[in-house]
Amino acid sequence: MPKVLSRKERETLLDPLFNNNPIALQVLGICSALAVTVRMDMALIMCLAVTCVMTISNVAVSILRHGIPSHIRVIVQLTIIASLVIITDQVLEAFVYEISQELSVFVGLIITNCIIMGRAEAFAMQNGPVLSALDGFGNALGYSVILMGVAFFRELFGMGTLFNVTVLHTVADGGWYPTNGLMVLAPAAFFIIGFFIWAIREWKPEQVEAE
Amino acid sequence: MLENLLNIGVRAAFVENMALAYFLGMCSFLAVSKRLETAQGLGLAVIFVLTVTVPLNNLIYQYILAPGALAWLSPAFADVDLRFLRFLAFIGAIAATVQIVEMTLDKYAPKLYAALGVFLPLIAVNCAILGGSLFMVQRDYTFPESIAFGFGAGFGFFLAVVALASIREKLRYSNIPPGLRGLGITFITTGLMAIGFMGFMGIQL
Repeated sequence: MPKVLSRKERETLLDPLFNNNPIALQVLGICSALAVTVRMDMALIMCLAVTCVMTISNVAVSILRHGIPSHIRVIVQLTIIASLVIITDQVLEAFVYEISQELSVFVGLIITNCIIMGRAEAFAMQNGPVLSALDGFGNALGYSVILMGVAFFRELFGMGTLFNVTVLHTVADGGWYPTNGLMVLAPAAFFIIGFFIWAIREWKPEQVEAE
Repeated sequence: MLENLLNIGVRAAFVENMALAYFLGMCSFLAVSKRLETAQGLGLAVIFVLTVTVPLNNLIYQYILAPGALAWLSPAFADVDLRFLRFLAFIGAIAATVQIVEMTLDKYAPKLYAALGVFLPLIAVNCAILGGSLFMVQRDYTFPESIAFGFGAGFGFFLAVVALASIREKLRYSNIPPGLRGLGITFITTGLMAIGFMGFMGIQL
């Protein structure tokens, strides 16, 4: 099989998945992420939105990187990201209106999602457009893995469904599974992410924080 | 009237806590809560900036962005709807306010400026700030209501971040499994705090 990507490109793309995960290790982008993980379809739409915005913004910042004066770079990056988010918001409202209403303010909050700013600042300002696109896409994948994982547990145990399809037959419908109300509430998201981080660090001990 | 404002402020601080119920401002929330002093600095800065920017964005929304808001300029604009520009307008207003606040404080209140220090510029990209303005639009707050909401939300964030920082200072002396140390246990602690704050649910003044 011919190698499509060089070693460096592959690393840029795949590292953020587990080795350098934006949520579990870099502590970025937790803000707007947790609230949308009650159901998997909401989380999926959010992941797609973040992936689009992040890849395109990384490419745009990377192309413009030699023309951006360094002391106003934050404003320039914010403007690029905000414009992309406006487009995303309008697209969501046009094609998946109900979910966009449920996501409410969290689509807008992609602007201040620190992963996007963080990657624009830390990676796209120093690297070419192709690498930046891969980095943006890879980090968005790492973000999505955690988000979908959290949403999987919250929807399965909180409502007995996955993507709104019944998996565990709930007591309310005459089945056997009593739903776990905690999973639908905010604290559950914190616990699940905490345990995710624990699991990743047991698997990759080099990520354990020094005392 | 006053009761309504107080109600909005208290709800924003406790029941609908920015950090613990809506997960907003989590990145800086986790990053600065390692030490109590830095947590206080960030908390104060958030109170300050939210109290200024939410009412400001309320005016921007009411008089420029809302459907038909431009009617005061000329009747010809009565059916103009600029709502899609709200993200850009709000983030611009926030970044500008933070810049102005920073320069004013530097000149007239150097002590406060030194205390808030590095946190002010960071705040422009704190999701709690933009989130405050977006919630204000979504819930149709009037101008006085938005002041109460901004202050309440900021105060709630301050409480949460200071409480977490105090807990983390104590946690330093506990024996935690290596994989859970640092970020992991912080998440679980925050989750427990969120359960605690759920006890305020249903409070009405």
